[in-house]
Amino acid sequence: MEASSTLAPTPATTLVPPTAGGRSLHRFANPGRFLRIAARAQPWLTGVALAASLVGLGWGLFWAPADWQQGDAVRIMFVHVPAAWLASFGYLALAACSVASLIWRHPLADLAAAEIGPVGAGFTALCLVTGSLWGKPMWGAWWVWDARLTSVLVLFFLYLGHIALVRAFDDPVRGYRAGAILALVGAVNVPIIKFSVDWWNTLHQPASITLTGAPTMAAAMLWPLLMVAIGFQFAFLALVVARLRAAVIERRMRGLLMARAAGA
Amino acid sequence: MNPIMLPAPRIRRMTPASLLARELRLSLRHGADTLAAILFFVLAASLFPLAIGPAPETLGRLAPGIVWVCALLAALLPLDRLFGADLEDGTLDQLLLSGMSPAVIAATKALAHWLTTGLPLLLAASPIAIMLRLPPETVPVLLAGLLPGTAILSLIGTMGAALVLGARRGGVLLPLLVLPLAAPALIFGVGAAEGGEFARAPLLLLAALLAAAIPLCPLAAGAGLRAAAE
Repeated sequence: MEASSTLAPTPATTLVPPTAGGRSLHRFANPGRFLRIAARAQPWLTGVALAASLVGLGWGLFWAPADWQQGDAVRIMFVHVPAAWLASFGYLALAACSVASLIWRHPLADLAAAEIGPVGAGFTALCLVTGSLWGKPMWGAWWVWDARLTSVLVLFFLYLGHIALVRAFDDPVRGYRAGAILALVGAVNVPIIKFSVDWWNTLHQPASITLTGAPTMAAAMLWPLLMVAIGFQFAFLALVVARLRAAVIERRMRGLLMARAAGA
Repeated sequence: MNPIMLPAPRIRRMTPASLLARELRLSLRHGADTLAAILFFVLAASLFPLAIGPAPETLGRLAPGIVWVCALLAALLPLDRLFGADLEDGTLDQLLLSGMSPAVIAATKALAHWLTTGLPLLLAASPIAIMLRLPPETVPVLLAGLLPGTAILSLIGTMGAALVLGARRGGVLLPLLVLPLAAPALIFGVGAAEGGEFARAPLLLLAALLAAAIPLCPLAAGAGLRAAAE
């Protein structure tokens, strides 16, 4: 500011140059529509998520019958299994967003991939923690190198790598691009890791501990489980949409500030 | 002034072969960098007897795992500079303008990394394995697994190096990206060395992993290089 005042007065009819802020505003013209739709959808998503989760969890934790073999410990399942489903669903959503981002350079998909990462990692962590809590009474150990636990652990590391990579660049677009490539590589790798871990586990220890050998589930347990799954699914969507809205608004504010700084 | 007819400058196009020759020449001139990874491998592996005791039966049981994990970590060390120096001095831009596809550049770099890190690791692995009291008849199986294994690590590592190019703290980030992806190679490699007469299946699976990694990793790495140079 000091320096500019000593220079020749700028002509009054300066056109505001298309600044970086202006361009990013232009790029987020479409996200503007997203913001309007998301603002209307958000209360519904959050409402369904809370209602279904609370009803399902209450049903599962208090009214559903205890397992004839596992007793009350089986109730951890009502948190654990939906969390595990969402951990895989989250990575699938991440890969889908990455495809959209790499092929169509869709700016909203870039942001969505960046925001799905922490939510998916959160559900993966929930799955691991509840699995550990379930393992203590059932298997007598907090952690067993069971094939499923191990593959979920590797999935958790993949999430963490993606989260760290997306946020490691000064230029956010570079981070989105690298994160999208990594997510796709990870998506190709997830089945390979799953297979290799299954193979490794059968090699190392007898199949005394499998979750697949459980008896088919009674309907009294299945219904609350599905209820919680629906609730968690909506919670996932609600969290991602809320984070996405915040990210779009944040980006837009930064663009406005940059435009103002450039105009001043 | 009589015009001197200068011979037309011979423009030497960069080819994969010349890029490979350049990489190998560079690693020869900076021999200490190449040796550092091998030294790390040897040092890290010799810490294990100190940590778990010198009993031959314990060491022999753990030897394949120790060799594999140490090789995995040692192969990570030079990855940080694989593209880093080229990005800083503009060589990477020149390479990308040379007409070679980014995937070919990445594949050549991966081959150079394998020749300068993977192959020396392979050579250092057998004395280390014998020092760790691995039964001598198991050593060839271990090496047979390490041969495709180190190549897989080079390919995955090249991809990781291309992705973190230009990142803050890229060196810290790299293991976080590469190690989970390398888990299947580790499982099959150690499985082969411990498999006894059933070593054939994991070795074939390792070869399958390599066959999948050879086309896929350079593609992803090339996309990463292009994103880094944008």
